[in-house]
Amino acid sequence: MHIQEYAGTASNIHVEVTMRKTALREEILLKVEKPARYIGNEVNSVVKDKSAVAVRFAMCFPDVYEIGMSHLGIQILYSLFNSWEDVWCERVYSPWVDLDRIMREEKIPLFALESQEPVKEMDFLGITLQYEMCYTNILQILDLAQIPLLAAERGEDMPIVIGGGPCTYNPEPIADFFDLFYIGEGETQYRRLLDWYLANKAKGGSRKDFLRGAAQIPGIYVPQFYEETYREDGTILSRRKQYDDLPDQIRKEIVTDMTSVHYPLKPVVPFIKVTQDRVVLEIQRGCIRGCRFCQAGQIYRPVRERDVDKLKEYAVEMLKNTGHEEISLSSLSSSDYSRLDELLDFLIEDCGQKHTNISLPSLRIDAFSLDVMSKVQDVKKSSLTFAPEAGSQRLRDVINKGLTEEVILKGAALAFEGGWTRVKLYFMLGLPTETEEDIRGIGELSNKIAATFFETVPKEKRVNGKVQIVASTSFFIPKPFTPFQWAPMCTKETFLEKAYQTKQGIMQQLNQKSIKYNWHEADVSVLEGVFARGDRRVAKVILEAYRRGCLFDAWSEYYKNDVWMSCFEDCGVDIGFYTTRERADNELFPWDFLDCGVTKQFLLREWKKAQEGVVSPNCKAQCQGCGAGSFQCGICPSAS
Amino acid sequence: MKVRIKFAKYGTMKYIGHLDMMRFFQKAVRRAGIDVKYSEGFSPHQIMSFAAPLGVGLESTGEYMDLEVLTMTSPQEMMQMLNQVMVEGVEILSVTVLPDHAKNAMASVAAASYRLQSKTGSYPVDNLAGKLQNFLAQDTIPYTKETKKSVVELDLKQGIYALEAEKEGTIRMMVNASSGGNLKPGMIMEQFGRFVGTEIPPSAYQITKLETYTDLAGASSDGQHSFVPLDAVAECS
Repeated sequence: MHIQEYAGTASNIHVEVTMRKTALREEILLKVEKPARYIGNEVNSVVKDKSAVAVRFAMCFPDVYEIGMSHLGIQILYSLFNSWEDVWCERVYSPWVDLDRIMREEKIPLFALESQEPVKEMDFLGITLQYEMCYTNILQILDLAQIPLLAAERGEDMPIVIGGGPCTYNPEPIADFFDLFYIGEGETQYRRLLDWYLANKAKGGSRKDFLRGAAQIPGIYVPQFYEETYREDGTILSRRKQYDDLPDQIRKEIVTDMTSVHYPLKPVVPFIKVTQDRVVLEIQRGCIRGCRFCQAGQIYRPVRERDVDKLKEYAVEMLKNTGHEEISLSSLSSSDYSRLDELLDFLIEDCGQKHTNISLPSLRIDAFSLDVMSKVQDVKKSSLTFAPEAGSQRLRDVINKGLTEEVILKGAALAFEGGWTRVKLYFMLGLPTETEEDIRGIGELSNKIAATFFETVPKEKRVNGKVQIVASTSFFIPKPFTPFQWAPMCTKETFLEKAYQTKQGIMQQLNQKSIKYNWHEADVSVLEGVFARGDRRVAKVILEAYRRGCLFDAWSEYYKNDVWMSCFEDCGVDIGFYTTRERADNELFPWDFLDCGVTKQFLLREWKKAQEGVVSPNCKAQCQGCGAGSFQCGICPSAS
Repeated sequence: MKVRIKFAKYGTMKYIGHLDMMRFFQKAVRRAGIDVKYSEGFSPHQIMSFAAPLGVGLESTGEYMDLEVLTMTSPQEMMQMLNQVMVEGVEILSVTVLPDHAKNAMASVAAASYRLQSKTGSYPVDNLAGKLQNFLAQDTIPYTKETKKSVVELDLKQGIYALEAEKEGTIRMMVNASSGGNLKPGMIMEQFGRFVGTEIPPSAYQITKLETYTDLAGASSDGQHSFVPLDAVAECS
């Protein structure tokens, strides 16, 4: 036994360093699930000397780490802010339920990952609002951070709480919780906002002085300076502003040149597996399609492409900086990117050499995309996705989804010839004008796709002898700034009845054994419907639900529908007013004071065309005069 | 060509589990631009294997992994390349080229040495050094190991090669770490606590794995061991 050696070796290597501190003590970190969520220290995370920066910004995604870390928007702003020498931007995510309990019991203040220091000591807390079901998590963040939940109750020393992201296109249900909202793309006005913050601080200005000045910056909405008044029937009569110099309309901010704008070439690489565990290359913003149910298709107009050479450069650089084994493209409709072939060819060539996987976004299924897919994925294991959204051509015309049955069947036939045997189909139930016939169409279309398999693939070539079709339905929720913002939403009962009819429709099909049917929860869709088109009166319900323990509502295992329903009742807020009510053409909506480029006249025109089943060509085919041309960029004719 | 990489893991990195460490190294190897060998097949992966998983909460100055590379300039340069892409709390300590016939890291592991540092600076035991000697002087040290699936009776004595108080508040031990007879320091402390009649909970001390050893004497030698650090194989063979 060489005991000397054992002693000797050990003392040769003696690692003593000034250790990173953690906000949570060891006992807690060893007790909670996935402590890596809370320690920071990830590759490419940015640590600065706090005495050398003028602004400290906590950037928050109000959901668990693995979800929040997968979000591109935060990576963009994190990288942009930290590129400024005088700013230190850190990340914050929702503590999971296990840690949430401990932090409340022990009154541990919520901390930012990089410095492990309390959020309440920062200058700003920015919260990205990606889906309505995160609203109680906003309150959790504020509460754990020991920041008053209501903006009106925040003192001079509290961080300025900012909301951003798609849900700010109707910020009213959560307006009470935010000091300001940033409407639109973050790259353009944040520097100006921070400079104003520093200037105001330098001259000894108050929190209110800051907000007054911020309200003059394009894209910034300070809700506490405005007030809604209502008619007897509950609809909005008017909006009043507290000061004459405040803008009546807040126009969204937009990046006009996608190629020169900042992009995060060194994104943070998490230790634990997250939802989006790969390099994400944003190829364009906006969408030319104009599907009438889709909010993203309207609020991100106009379509702006990023230069293909720049993208190639970014891909190489980002793979090198992260060590990720996979890269994916991000956009609303990648097939519409004009240089997609060139980009994919490059990636296949370059990534192939480096053992990098390419994960393909939902592409239109045609010969080209199938060829690409067969090159980058295992055909036998992967499935193809179509999103017809509606079961009949009539209803697809209503929603302006330019995908015909012929195209779907042709794509499916090509795919089956190429060896695919699994197809996923996405539909929505409860779309405006939907009839029983449209619902039957879901089963019929699924059946035709199955039949196409049996017609296309000869018996001896069928791998397992069968085809698997998975049809999924979600419930349609009318969203602000879409042509369907006027549309009544279905009740929970109607939704469930429609799901039942869909199931029956599928069961009656000849190939029903090849078709599997999934449907979405109806309860949570109703709630999302309230938040989507809600006004300021909804805030008290959210506050009450949070106080009664609602949290992580986007997680079905934590969603407490009965608690929510009793909160609506106790607060005297009528769900039907926000969901099932049909809106008059001239109703003033809670979000009408926002200007996303697309005009209300255009949306109304589209709403009328929808009811007549008339389609509108896409932006590339023919400009529809939606209003986004006023930004003078991207695809819009006035831009060139 | 196979290389054996020795690294330290400490500080906040002790909260990162074994599987996540593997993912971390796979990405680090790519960031460092090392010409690593990939397996064949539809989803090729780096040919990388770890000596032994380190439990969450433990620190180490003696972790090992083997990596197969296609080309490399020198071990020193590879060590440098890797250290440039590490995070705080992971440090590459050495890179050694393995002889072709070398057993893989995991199969080579025979023993490990640990330092158990009391967080308060001392253990609640009078005459710690003497008590440890008495503990080890027993003929057998029976221990009941309960897992979710089974209950196993062990004799810890067989697997403890050294156990001593280095100074007040610091215990060092060297124990069996082979796949068949691995002893965790916590098991020994639990049993020692029983021996002295004072419970010493795992939260009372920080465990640092100091070194991982292979046994040059092999299994055939009647109880005689010849332990050398895992990266000494190259020189010894």
